[in-house]
Amino acid sequence: MKSPLRYLPWEYLGLFCVLLALIGLFGLLSDHFLTLLTFTTIANQIPALAVIAIGMTFVLLIAGIDLSVGSLLALSGALIGWVLVDWQQSILVAACVGVMAGAVCGLINGFISAHWAIPSFIVTLGMLEIGRGAAYLTTGSQTHYLGASVSAIATPLPGLGLSPSLVLAVLLVVIGQVVLSKTVFGRYLIAVGTNEEAVRLSGIKTTPIKIAAFVISGLMAGLGGLFHVAYLESADPNAGIGLELSAIAAVVIGGTSLAGGRGSVVNSFLGVLIIAVLQTGLAQVGASEPTKRVITGVVIVVAVILDVYRHRAGDFKAYAVRVFRLNRPASD
Amino acid sequence: MSLLELHGLGKTFNAAVLKGIDLTLAPGEVLALMGANGAGKSTLCNIISGQLAASTGSMRLQGLDYQPGGVAEAERLGVRMVRQELSQINQLSVAENIGLAHLPKRWGFVDYPRLNQQASQALAMVGLESLDPTTPMHRLGVGQQQLVEIAKTISQPCKILLLDEPTAALTDPQIDILFQQIRRLQKQAVAILYISHRLADIERIADTVTILRDGNIVSRQAKADISAEQIVKDMSGVASDQAQHFAPRPPGDALLTLTKVSRPPLLNNINLTIRRGEILGIGGLIGAGRTELLRAIFGADLAPAGSQGEMTITRAQKAQAYAPASPAQAVAAGIGMIAEDRKQQAALLPLAIKHNITLAKLSTVSGKGWINSTKEAATAGHWQQALAIKCDHIDQPIGELSGGNQQKAIIARWLLRDCDLLMFDEPTRGIDVHTKRMIYQLLDDLARAGKAIVVVSSESEELTHLCDRIAVMSAGEITRVFNRGQWSEEQLMAAACENFLIPGRRPQASVGPSL
Repeated sequence: MKSPLRYLPWEYLGLFCVLLALIGLFGLLSDHFLTLLTFTTIANQIPALAVIAIGMTFVLLIAGIDLSVGSLLALSGALIGWVLVDWQQSILVAACVGVMAGAVCGLINGFISAHWAIPSFIVTLGMLEIGRGAAYLTTGSQTHYLGASVSAIATPLPGLGLSPSLVLAVLLVVIGQVVLSKTVFGRYLIAVGTNEEAVRLSGIKTTPIKIAAFVISGLMAGLGGLFHVAYLESADPNAGIGLELSAIAAVVIGGTSLAGGRGSVVNSFLGVLIIAVLQTGLAQVGASEPTKRVITGVVIVVAVILDVYRHRAGDFKAYAVRVFRLNRPASD
Repeated sequence: MSLLELHGLGKTFNAAVLKGIDLTLAPGEVLALMGANGAGKSTLCNIISGQLAASTGSMRLQGLDYQPGGVAEAERLGVRMVRQELSQINQLSVAENIGLAHLPKRWGFVDYPRLNQQASQALAMVGLESLDPTTPMHRLGVGQQQLVEIAKTISQPCKILLLDEPTAALTDPQIDILFQQIRRLQKQAVAILYISHRLADIERIADTVTILRDGNIVSRQAKADISAEQIVKDMSGVASDQAQHFAPRPPGDALLTLTKVSRPPLLNNINLTIRRGEILGIGGLIGAGRTELLRAIFGADLAPAGSQGEMTITRAQKAQAYAPASPAQAVAAGIGMIAEDRKQQAALLPLAIKHNITLAKLSTVSGKGWINSTKEAATAGHWQQALAIKCDHIDQPIGELSGGNQQKAIIARWLLRDCDLLMFDEPTRGIDVHTKRMIYQLLDDLARAGKAIVVVSSESEELTHLCDRIAVMSAGEITRVFNRGQWSEEQLMAAACENFLIPGRRPQASVGPSL
């Protein structure tokens, strides 16, 4: 039976419904939530977190973790400010320096953790400190105002209402998902995250694959730094503190497994949107900052519990199939 | 009166492993349980010790119905087992390991002086009176760890003691001490079930010898009535009904030559030629170094210090040195290996069957890094039909398939990869007879198509049925290489036991996983 329903993107539908429900809920609770202003505000806040969540998805897929992304975002921003102000270079050069710095730090993370088989938790925890320290050193521990030279990236385009950074972030989400589900590299990432030894014994070099995931994460953190600088119009060495945890939360809400092998970039992006809507909505209904944090924490845990149930249902199906096959009289 | 009686005990996993075992154990009897790998010895012991439940049959302990719900219950009833795989906790002290299940307490705290004193008494039983019970477990050598494990078990009251290859890691003086303890327990009317491959040990300690083959008891005799030759003969059995027959295959050119290859401590001085067009079997007992040999050829492990020897690959009459540093290099050189542990080392269980099949050669279904999903489905579908992999759909996770069908999908992965040399480690373990035959036919077809095939198997019937030559390993060395027609089951078993029978020449790795 060929139903037109099969063209629906089923794997994204669950989270999309959660997102719509949240929007509906806040629409009922607050008179001002369902306005264009709310959505443009959210849209312009999320690009940095969105691109970082893409990178984090790749790293979690191979059963790694990257705690350094918040610091790398700050380092990238600090370098962009430095190149713009002290070197008097164009924004293009500055952006390249910032993004490349992120990628290089990601390369170091990946090389050390893959080559010496050190848990990425430890390696990237070190990089978290290194990146933050380097950001302070670069800026002299001060926030540098950069002004109009960078703000264009985060300013809504006339007629569209969306900033170039958001457009780029969404484009990268699509590219990231396509890479994951359509390329050989994406297949290898999933395979390594599922059972690295089996992949290695199939004659595939796993080290470059794992390093690449960390490079992507660093690259995305560097790009996040650019978006963040543009949004604030300044280079702040304190930017992105704790952002790694928000990114992990978004990715986990999106159903990516910390144990590796399972994940989706689009769902991570939906996770980012859920967190952003929650934050903005709670602020609008007058929740205090501490209350917002409590509720966000609860949502993260509930999301993961639901995910466990979703997969247990899958296991149950597999189990049932096995049992019925075994119990068939002909087979015994 | 017998202490333990088994009536028609059976156990079925995917296939029947134990088929109606009847056995009695008298007080003070040392019963040696022998059998080839996979004969069902460990399963039988696991049932008696409460780790597994029997599928059929019943057990009686001292005349009462005995159905232990777990190891703890069996131990409470006086049935204890020393397992082949050590179960110690490395970070804890020797005394804590010995007393873990019943730590002496004082006001809620562990009474260490008493614990250490009790542990010293237990250690004295196995000749370790000089060992400080506060030593961390990980400081001990494997032999001492094994003795601690034995001390832990025999320091508790028991009626039936099961010992699974207890001497595997022990030196001769340590074995003497163990046997003294067995004699002491025997005088206290404890019945002992002693599993071992080692004929020399069995000659010394056993009263009766029971031999298990394919889940059946094939003989049970007093030790005095039985000879070493008889034991080997009963263990190997005679080839049973084989409907399948393979015509002799003409031997081809040498493909891979191993010269004096050593990988301490597991492989020693291996000389072997693998030829195209033939199936070469690697026989021997578990722990003899068979898997390690395949892994060395496949570059699966970093070569340990002290590695020696060289390998050469011959193609178009040109010999080339071959020293793989990784499986990727081995595969690039046209060598593939289908690992023994399917779940851990081969299958990507949650992924689709088609993704499992194409994994090793995605290049055939992709262009410029992009996977052509239509082509991938067609390729995987072709192999699914060619090997008759039973599934609902090739998009189904491979983990939902039966073991045999998973194995076929993994074989499909390597057939798609198209190697000159394919090595199979226990290719039919846990697989039903029908699928087994299919896999045999497949291996025969591959060899006739000019591939070199190597098969490691613990089933000597499988090797004698399938192979043109069989190299038998014992304690890290190849003891004999037989050509088809030159071997008998007894000779194979004798060659496999050869290095195990010489005292002082024990394999260093025999405390590995057992079946």
